[in-house]
Amino acid sequence: METQTDLPPKAAAGLIGVHGVTKRFPGVIAVNNVSLTFHPGEVHVLLGENGAGKSTLVGILSGIQEPDEGHLSLVGKKTRLASPLASLEAGISTVFQHSMLVPTLTVFENLILGAPWYDRPPRARVAARMEELKREFGLSLPLDAITGELSLGQQQQIEIARALLRDSKVLILDEATSMLTPQGAQELGERMQHLAKSGLAVIFITHKLSEAYRYGNRISVLKQGALAGEIDPDELRSMSEDRAIEVIVRMMFGRETDGTSTEHRQSSARDETLLEVQDLATQGDADVLGVEGVSLAIRAGEILGVAGIDGNGQKQLAEALAGQRPAMSGRVVLGGEDITQASVAQRRLRGLRYLTDDRLEEGSVGAFPVSENTVLKDIGQPPYWVNGIERPNRIAQHARDLIQKFSVKTPNETTPIGRLSGGNIQKVLLGRELSGEARVVVFNKPTYGLDLQNIDTSRQRIAEIAERGLGVVLISTDLDELMALSDRIAVMEGGRVRGIVQNDGSGEALRLRIGRMMAGEDEQELATA
Amino acid sequence: MNMKNDVNPGALDAADQSTDNDGVITERSAFQRILTVTVGPIIAAFVLSAIILMLVGVNPLTYYGYILERSLFSELGLEQTATRMAPLLFLCASLIIAFRAGIWNLGTDGQFLLGAVFAAATAPLLVGVLPGWAVLLVGFVLAAVVGAVWSIIPALLKAYQGVNEIVTTLMMSFLGVLLASTLVKLAFRDPSTTVPQTRTLPVDDRLPRLFDTSISSGLIWGLIAVLAVHLMMTRTAFGLRLRMVGANPAAATHAGLSVPLLTMATFALSAGFAGLSGATEILGVAGNVRANWNPAYGLMVIPLVFLARFHGVGSIVLVFFYSALLIGSESAARRLSVPQDFTLVLVACLLICLGLGEYIDQRKRKKER
Repeated sequence: METQTDLPPKAAAGLIGVHGVTKRFPGVIAVNNVSLTFHPGEVHVLLGENGAGKSTLVGILSGIQEPDEGHLSLVGKKTRLASPLASLEAGISTVFQHSMLVPTLTVFENLILGAPWYDRPPRARVAARMEELKREFGLSLPLDAITGELSLGQQQQIEIARALLRDSKVLILDEATSMLTPQGAQELGERMQHLAKSGLAVIFITHKLSEAYRYGNRISVLKQGALAGEIDPDELRSMSEDRAIEVIVRMMFGRETDGTSTEHRQSSARDETLLEVQDLATQGDADVLGVEGVSLAIRAGEILGVAGIDGNGQKQLAEALAGQRPAMSGRVVLGGEDITQASVAQRRLRGLRYLTDDRLEEGSVGAFPVSENTVLKDIGQPPYWVNGIERPNRIAQHARDLIQKFSVKTPNETTPIGRLSGGNIQKVLLGRELSGEARVVVFNKPTYGLDLQNIDTSRQRIAEIAERGLGVVLISTDLDELMALSDRIAVMEGGRVRGIVQNDGSGEALRLRIGRMMAGEDEQELATA
Repeated sequence: MNMKNDVNPGALDAADQSTDNDGVITERSAFQRILTVTVGPIIAAFVLSAIILMLVGVNPLTYYGYILERSLFSELGLEQTATRMAPLLFLCASLIIAFRAGIWNLGTDGQFLLGAVFAAATAPLLVGVLPGWAVLLVGFVLAAVVGAVWSIIPALLKAYQGVNEIVTTLMMSFLGVLLASTLVKLAFRDPSTTVPQTRTLPVDDRLPRLFDTSISSGLIWGLIAVLAVHLMMTRTAFGLRLRMVGANPAAATHAGLSVPLLTMATFALSAGFAGLSGATEILGVAGNVRANWNPAYGLMVIPLVFLARFHGVGSIVLVFFYSALLIGSESAARRLSVPQDFTLVLVACLLICLGLGEYIDQRKRKKER
């Protein structure tokens, strides 16, 4: 390959860097003042949970987004990547999480996509280069096969090959192992090392801790948009896998500010069991993880925390509890009554409430006024509807009461809910779930995306709800929140409950224990009481 | 990945309402918006058509004058205008349901024609067997059922497979139009005539006329249909369920609604009203269906319903003017030796101007943000 021959003179400055980069989207800071340097010859792992800012960073490097603040540098020189083309021309190729190939074209056609239209397809040259790549990196691709008929692993190889044919200097692999079998991931890991050795800077984005250790030379951990820590190559080499994972867990889930220990809520749990889940399983598919063998019991007045890295089956569990997602097997018992087959509406009537994490897309209808949104789960029910005819005055009155009780900031109840801020929408939804006879409330990431003040009030309300004797299932990716509020914490990983721990206020030790379960270790393996 | 329509009528509604920010500004901008998206384009379309008329050497004022005189200021013309409104109103009802529930039923023409053909084939046979009102009732019910049946395939595909209904309803519409014509020529053909057409319902057995005029009472039923549908969609629990499915299917699922079943219901109702529309035209005015008869009212009504923002009363007003235009321009064209199809030019100008109005509105809205 020609690429590695003309390596930049100032290799120490890194091939490409981001400096003080910040990117904001409405309501969130996706990337917050992040500085990173990527070196040739290294596999640089960007590790973080969903929403930690990894994808935004990839977007910035691949020219899809531009930073609001800060800048990029190429071989030590300040630069701007204003478009995907600019990024490609700068020698940066990205293999995205979802295939960017045209499934109906052949492998060869996909490889030469983007070449100038007036050129004859350089069939012989591509074939020769592919031969080279096969020898060097073990990329074996049938040039005339239809892309869509190949396995996902092979399709990924095409994208890598395409990057190499472009003589890229930087190769970004965004969650590249998520679609692969363990064996395929292993192969990819080895290939990445190979590519790095040949002089490329490989940037590998993942949320899997063990992969980061096994395939990476350098690890940077992102947390809520900011850089939470870094392990440089020498340090990483000297660590055992266990030790490295411990360090990473500390970076990912540790407390950023020590000193102020969040007050642990006084438990208000009673003996009576309100909700019992036995061996619950849901159907999974290519896009959605299924949950399996989940057993939980929630007592009155208890807050059961559900911890886990986002996307490990928490949402599916919540939906299965609410009746939105059918259970394949297992039982859900509410107050002694089997409600496994009950519909959403029946469960709601019996007092099982679910506050979704997706306030805009699922929880509310943005175009409808606040008043209608407060009764969307009671359509057709008295007193708001009589014989199917709407009683607008009663709905408006109900909405005004709710607005006052939950101090929702809105011009009035006829304002479309989509115009309110996230925190105020959340208040409306909370009010909706608590109206009537609620017994068990499932919260899914109730404080996600809220500002500090709203986070505080939301947490207080959750504590109050438990004190009133309701059962609470609190799903959250924020360990601080769980440790401040929960009586017990169940940890989910890969659709299973890895363990349930008593929140005994043992602080840091407990935090790390939970962190390791979140990384996929079973409670038993941890060999703690 | 979810199958989402690129454009969702419910979302369109949403975008509408999220424009204005404060009380004071709302009043003015609402007025301005009506100017840009409704009144403005209509005026612009007439001006544009006037220019075209002048280019072909016709005085546009005379032409427009004839239209008004013929359709609104003469008794016969006004009666014709009112009669023409009936099927269009039923189609408005059909589209209001569909569009408000987020379903693009573009297959109303097929549903209309099949409803018409079945009503035309059945009603004359029942005359004498059943009392007059029952004959009409059977005709209407049958038309509604046939229309609804013709929407089952797109409905199932949409509800359970997420297949885009724009394509499927349109394709079924072509099939429906051809099937209707085939039925007229083969199964339902009146053996006593040489031209292929269905048996004719005697004038006395058709929908009664209003008072001493020639206006079909279908007009009244059409008005009732549009208003009933409007109230159903805005004031009842069922209507809110349908609108919720249209505006945000995920939220509807979350609230425990069965999105597939409600989607099926939307299709059935919408297509049923399209079938009724066919029946009013036959049982009220025409009396029979000739082979290859296809007035294509369904596609005609779509821009009107849009223009009215899916509002019942607004649709009625626009249908009135549109009918007047149809009736008036026929004779205006004849008298001024402008081709009869000039109406289409006018309609085309209207659509182009509406599109432009919408575009300008979007631009303004973006600037305001």
